[in-house]
Amino acid sequence: MLYAILCYNSEDIVSSWSKDEEAAVMARLIKVQERIDRDGRLGPVARLLPTTAATTLRKTHGEPLVVDGPFAETKEQLLGFYIIECETLEQAIEDAKELLHANAGVGGYEIRPLLVFQPGGKVA
Amino acid sequence: MTDIAWIDAALVGARPQAVGALLRYFRDLDAAEEAYQNACLRALKNWPQNGAPRDPAAWLIMVGRNSGIDAARRQKKQQPLPDEELISDTEDAEATLAERLDGEQYRDDVLRLLFICCHPGLPAAQQIAVALRIVSGLSVKQIARAFLVSDSAMEQRITRAKIRIAQADVPFEAPDAIARAERLAAVAAMIYLVFNEGYSAGGDTIAERAPLCHEAIRLARLLLRMFPAEPEIMGLTALMLLQASRARARFDAAGNIILLEDQDRSLWDRAMIAEGLALIDKAMRHQRPGAYQIQAAIAALHARASRPEDTDWAQIDLLYAGLERLQPSPVVTLNRAVAVGKAQGPAAALEMIEPLAGKLSGYFYFFGVKGGLLLQLDRHAEARVAFNQAIALANSAAEAAHIRAQLDRISADATTRDGTHA
Repeated sequence: MLYAILCYNSEDIVSSWSKDEEAAVMARLIKVQERIDRDGRLGPVARLLPTTAATTLRKTHGEPLVVDGPFAETKEQLLGFYIIECETLEQAIEDAKELLHANAGVGGYEIRPLLVFQPGGKVA
Repeated sequence: MTDIAWIDAALVGARPQAVGALLRYFRDLDAAEEAYQNACLRALKNWPQNGAPRDPAAWLIMVGRNSGIDAARRQKKQQPLPDEELISDTEDAEATLAERLDGEQYRDDVLRLLFICCHPGLPAAQQIAVALRIVSGLSVKQIARAFLVSDSAMEQRITRAKIRIAQADVPFEAPDAIARAERLAAVAAMIYLVFNEGYSAGGDTIAERAPLCHEAIRLARLLLRMFPAEPEIMGLTALMLLQASRARARFDAAGNIILLEDQDRSLWDRAMIAEGLALIDKAMRHQRPGAYQIQAAIAALHARASRPEDTDWAQIDLLYAGLERLQPSPVVTLNRAVAVGKAQGPAAALEMIEPLAGKLSGYFYFFGVKGGLLLQLDRHAEARVAFNQAIALANSAAEAAHIRAQLDRISADATTRDGTHA
């Protein structure tokens, strides 16, 4: 069984870390990651840019609504994600619109640029 | 992370929201700051045992408000209490508070707290000092070090500024859309002042002032989270990230300035660049250009060039032309001339800056740029005059040293050319 571990934290707190604190946290996390990697069980790892860089597509009855910021509704749950390569945000929005048309109803898609992406590759 | 480290980060992170809300309750900055301090002391005792609350800001507001009310009750014997309505909603529980924090009031609280630091009667340096003290929670000592003054002098400055703020009487009602937009613009300018105070540091003051850049970026991110659809706030945040990304490459070991084209681009901070580029990309979608967005777009073109010769100077020229229309200023024209010099050659650039001589006769960069262009045109004697004027107007030892290095180059050239040996 493949599992995704989703990382939650407070941006207020994380953006208050000094560079040294940030480096110390990252070093500790990478140690854990390396252990899982040695076991041959590590898939892709990603770190997202802050939610200030997010754009959200909300499903509506008509054209999807494009809004700045993260997906803020609490009535919907995170059910999955795609990682795509795009030249511009505009292109990512177009892709997300296509997904949205293929899956109309409630909810939406949050588009977040990646800061770090390690494909992993041990797990196919 | 140790208890103290994460608690400290949580307290710093929650400070603008907490002090902003407490200011609304008490209508008095000193009372709000004191209540926040009391809440922090309680947090330091309580959180290591019970863990962090789900919403640290809401916890601090509730505890701070109660401690403030207690303090007011204790003072009651000496002086009359403020009107009961000024200390509103004393029955609130943490849950309702947390709910309300997500709403508009919370964002107006933080905006108000930032806005009172932008009092037009306060000189720029005082606005920065007050913002760092009140909003960021830097100690007077830290701020004094950044401004190279004694602790007591900085303490006095901040106290005086706070008195002016109290007299200014910023209204506590939620602002309407126009007032909110005006506040946002003033706050953005103040945040950029904080950034530039850090960014303009040179040589020996870098260590003390660099945290100001970090702080400005943190405030801008906070503002952007609350006003996520404002392209100019995206532009401001992007601009500061892209400029700060070059911090490690801007000075050599001796503290001398390294020009953009001579910088080791592998030292640029890729994470900051990624965030800056993402934000400017996002801002552009709105098609509501503004000065911060244009400056960020210029910075983005530098960030995208992996080598100096890959820089898209023609596009930078166009962006500066846009900035000139939006914000006509001889300094903008001067910057545009640098781009024109790269795209079309030094003669065109020199022609562009000649008319600025009167307006920029006291401006270090004008003579630095002029000298550089004259040097490229092999007009050495005139270049020397311009460089000497620049040195006389330099704002820091690093700036003067940089120009002197150019003068030395002229002398060296002259020596080789004349075949003379000193």
